[in-house]
Amino acid sequence: MTRRTPLFDLHQKLGARTVDFGGWDMPVQYGSQIAEHHAVRRSAGVFDVSHMCVVDLKGARIRPFLEKLLANDVGKLRAHGKALYGCMLKETGGVIDDLIVYYLDETWFRAVVNAGTRDTDLAWIRRHAAAFGVEVVERTDLAMLAVQGPEARHKAAALLSPAGSLAALALEPFFAREIDGWFIARTGYTGEDGFEIMLPAMEAERLWRALNCAGVTSCGLGARDTLRLEAGMNLYGNDMEESTHPFESALGWTVALEPRERAFIGREALEAIRARGPQRKLVGLLLEGRGVLRSHQKVLVPEGGDGEITSGTFSPTLERSIALARVPAAAGSRVQVDIRGKLHDARIVRPPFVRHGKALVS
Amino acid sequence: MSNVPSDLKYTKSHEWLRTLSDGTVEVGITDHAQHALGDLVFVEVPEVGRKLSAGEPFAVVESVKAASDVYAPLSGEVTASNAALAAEPEAINSDAYGKGWLMRVRPAGGGAGPALLTAAEYEKLIAEEGG
Repeated sequence: MTRRTPLFDLHQKLGARTVDFGGWDMPVQYGSQIAEHHAVRRSAGVFDVSHMCVVDLKGARIRPFLEKLLANDVGKLRAHGKALYGCMLKETGGVIDDLIVYYLDETWFRAVVNAGTRDTDLAWIRRHAAAFGVEVVERTDLAMLAVQGPEARHKAAALLSPAGSLAALALEPFFAREIDGWFIARTGYTGEDGFEIMLPAMEAERLWRALNCAGVTSCGLGARDTLRLEAGMNLYGNDMEESTHPFESALGWTVALEPRERAFIGREALEAIRARGPQRKLVGLLLEGRGVLRSHQKVLVPEGGDGEITSGTFSPTLERSIALARVPAAAGSRVQVDIRGKLHDARIVRPPFVRHGKALVS
Repeated sequence: MSNVPSDLKYTKSHEWLRTLSDGTVEVGITDHAQHALGDLVFVEVPEVGRKLSAGEPFAVVESVKAASDVYAPLSGEVTASNAALAAEPEAINSDAYGKGWLMRVRPAGGGAGPALLTAAEYEKLIAEEGG
């Protein structure tokens, strides 16, 4: 039995086609997926991301707990409302999940983890929280909407009280705060500016409809995937998982090895990997000709060895195919991809492919 | 509701067939199929002269989401393929039975291909599939 978000009935009324995503019956598109993609790059779109798991972590020893749990260092979080992206690792250095944590106060952090890994994540978090006396509360009472695009913040802020609107527009990137009873974060997964809004489930449909009335396009997970891939953002389960570590997942920047005395889970494994040098790396690929790169296609590397595409799609902004691929560390700039038995030239590029509406590769 | 022209034949795998005045058969994918696939972004059509057996994949249509094979509804030799789709794959979305045609085939005599459906039968099929 698949799960449904509080907005499921609304999606049906709006004519969405839904798919099973991580055990959730989610809208993949309402009309044209490409039109939804362009709406976010050019104006504003709204996504139902209520399937993601919001977890409040509370307790006097919350900082030492998160210092152990996360490969990134919550010591960087000194300003109230500041967000941090990072990974939870196994002892082997494999990625259990990527997540965002928001620093609310000295006894309260909020984490947002992926829908597909909810159960393993919660079990892992609870297992380690006990020793620190940290309380783990899953916020199933909240819905979450992502409003993304160059016009997203202004269109969303206009729906708040006058004071709330000012407060929302004053949020710096990667900051969140409680405004008019809603938790509003200037974060996202599209490479555009915007908000992620957590609010009581009962109020979600009204907000969605108000956004539609303000000209914000309803967008499904299909557009969300092409947008995040253009933005060079990893998708858990595709681009990294328990069998891959951050250094071969283009996530080295989220691993804080300083300060050296911080004993986070997976640290020893990562130090050993770094000492001998990662064997593989996650790179961006740009297909030179026509065709579409897809996950699991084989990548042939002239420097030796094979790689594999972890996520691939047609980029509506670039009007050509792009991908993320895990390849041998020695790979240079030219590769070939096996698409249905034929070899196609592709170029290794550094993601993001697109950011704030602009192509960054050509 | 999908558009199902009454003058065409159909297959269970969502191809359409139109017999032309020169005896060749034009083949494409149905409006129902293009709608299910979503925005098409790449199409691979067969080479002219290729000999096809009924049931074998002869083209690939790729939407943003996925690549799908298209199956030959009859045996024969490809006499033309729609090269314009390379630059304009979205023609299949906008005009599945016209500008979105994939190939023309001169039927090989003899062996019958898979059973073809009338428009009414095809409409019933997609209604049963929830289309």
